[in-house]
Amino acid sequence: MSGILASMIDGLLIGSVYGLAAMGLSLIWGVMDVINLTHGSMIALGMFGMYLLFSATASNAYFLLAPLIVVGLVLGIIVYWLAVNWVVDRPILMSLLSTFAVNMVVIGLGTAIWSTSPYNVNFSVPGITVGEYTFTGNHIAAASSAVVIALLLELFLRRTRAGKAIRAVADNRAAAELMGISSTRVLMVAFAIGIALAMASGALVSTLFPFTILSGAGYQLKSFVVTVLAGLGKPFGALIAGVLLGLLEGAVSPFIAVSWIPLIEFGLFVVVLIAFPRGIFGKATA
Amino acid sequence: MKRVIFIAFLLSLSFAATSSAQTITVGFTVSRTGALNVDSLEQYRGFELWRDTVNAAGGIKAGGKSYMVQFASYDDESNSKRVQQLYTRMILEDKADFLFSPYSSSLTATAAIVTEQYEKIMLTTGAAEEKTYKLGNQYLFQMFAPATQYLTAALDALKARDPKATVAFVYEDASFSVAVVTPAKAYAQQLGFNVVFAEAYAPNTTDFSAIIDKVIASKATVLLGGGHYADGSTLARQLYGHKVPLKMVALLVAPDSPQWSELGDAAVGVIVPSQWEPQSTFKAQYGPSGADFGKAYSAKYNAPPSYESAGGYASGLILQHAIEQAGGTDTAKVAAALNSTDLTTFYGRSKFSTVASEHGLQVGHTIFLAQWQNDKSGALVKQVVWPLAGKSADLKYPIR
Repeated sequence: MSGILASMIDGLLIGSVYGLAAMGLSLIWGVMDVINLTHGSMIALGMFGMYLLFSATASNAYFLLAPLIVVGLVLGIIVYWLAVNWVVDRPILMSLLSTFAVNMVVIGLGTAIWSTSPYNVNFSVPGITVGEYTFTGNHIAAASSAVVIALLLELFLRRTRAGKAIRAVADNRAAAELMGISSTRVLMVAFAIGIALAMASGALVSTLFPFTILSGAGYQLKSFVVTVLAGLGKPFGALIAGVLLGLLEGAVSPFIAVSWIPLIEFGLFVVVLIAFPRGIFGKATA
Repeated sequence: MKRVIFIAFLLSLSFAATSSAQTITVGFTVSRTGALNVDSLEQYRGFELWRDTVNAAGGIKAGGKSYMVQFASYDDESNSKRVQQLYTRMILEDKADFLFSPYSSSLTATAAIVTEQYEKIMLTTGAAEEKTYKLGNQYLFQMFAPATQYLTAALDALKARDPKATVAFVYEDASFSVAVVTPAKAYAQQLGFNVVFAEAYAPNTTDFSAIIDKVIASKATVLLGGGHYADGSTLARQLYGHKVPLKMVALLVAPDSPQWSELGDAAVGVIVPSQWEPQSTFKAQYGPSGADFGKAYSAKYNAPPSYESAGGYASGLILQHAIEQAGGTDTAKVAAALNSTDLTTFYGRSKFSTVASEHGLQVGHTIFLAQWQNDKSGALVKQVVWPLAGKSADLKYPIR
């Protein structure tokens, strides 16, 4: 197997996790017009949630995703009522400040409890070896889990009444309210799902790499790039854009120093903003 | 009347004892949080054990007085901005008489600017990069052997075992690692090795997949590099997870920590350039023997000492010796005593350069190579494998 192919497969695997992380941000941004700056800290809470659950139960880490998603939904509802409901229809700066404040509280509490020292989830799944290259089982399991969660979300949004209500509110909130949809409840559910997705992605990352309470910030930045690539309010598009971003990382890394990759990613971010202001999967406005 | 005289005598004795027992404040920061916390805490324990041992023996005796040691210490969060603020605070507010360095070359470089500005003596430990000692500093004294020696020892060992090895350098993009790897690359080529890959990674890197794919593609048989604990342990874990077919892996700093054994199979065979190992058999002219230090350390912390711990304790010993030689705590006299120090402790020889262009650079101490190996019971232990004269086990090559 060639080095480039191996690198692209590695990129594809990690890209799926980027995609899952971005889905939560994209959903909240698209439905509520709120840029959720708690995203990074929620990813970090997902990491520590996995660490604590795994340490307590010593069971298969990927089976622990379900309870963590439930915790994420509950946490999302709490944060929504505490910090988001008040600023939904206010200028975007208000929601930025409000969610940033929650982010700082979470980081502060997290630092007090866990410090900023690195933690590991010591769980490993046997990998697959092809020639000289081995793809770790954890990467494969994390990528598969990310795709399954993304598909379940897409099914929820397309096939369930609550999901359709979310899409309706995202498309036109006033029209949805005229149809009898309680937009407040829908926004709360969308926000809770967004937080749960962020925590799930953090939990998956924790099975791959060491982490600190500050680790979510890097994934939040990647989530912004992926969300802009996909277009706002396109959760499944975010998954595909995440995979594309991972593939891009994999394709260029054999030719340049790895420390240059963020430059290429953010260069792409600017190019997409200029060429496709509504994202690759976004629709042009009438 | 006799009783009154006796009480007065006792009171005057106790007054005399009180007036001669003085206190020395030693200031330093510890990275209790952040990426450097593992190595920094090991270093702190060395300082702490030295202080407790000295105070239990009645303090440092110099010029007819006894000086009890107290610390002024804060968490620098592995952050150079905090180091700058805190070293200023320790000098101006806590009135520190002497300073120890924070852990790491980069934090020490920041602290040294402050200590030189206030003309305060700082013994540096956990700070091997030479550059800081070549800036004309007058009050800076280095305890570690300089960074240039770290990987040259590993290359010498490799040359003796496999002169046709192909070498990859993968290292943290931080001042210490760059200072180690830059001369090591040149030395590798000088020894006739084919250096097939070299790349630095960002200090907060957690995903090494892309770099590992490049190492595999380069067909390197030996990997040298690393940086500190967080990145070094992650790199070793991922090299093992990706089953990279390497015959030798030598990483800086991280594998010296006792925590390294928690990596399990990923820890096996990894080599660390070390400033000191418990198997070292230096005949101490001053202070405890290596065995006594090891026993006291293990009794207090329930863990074996690392070279960072030994460096911390030895810094205290060298400062103590200089204060004794100077007959007090006067900065100029203690600095002069340090300039003339040439002393072997359990940690090895310590001697500081007095050449103006590199004042304070360590010129007496040398590097060991230690390798994690399974002992007969299967337990992971660190063995000295280089230099051959001081080895406690043969170099395991190839690793698997």
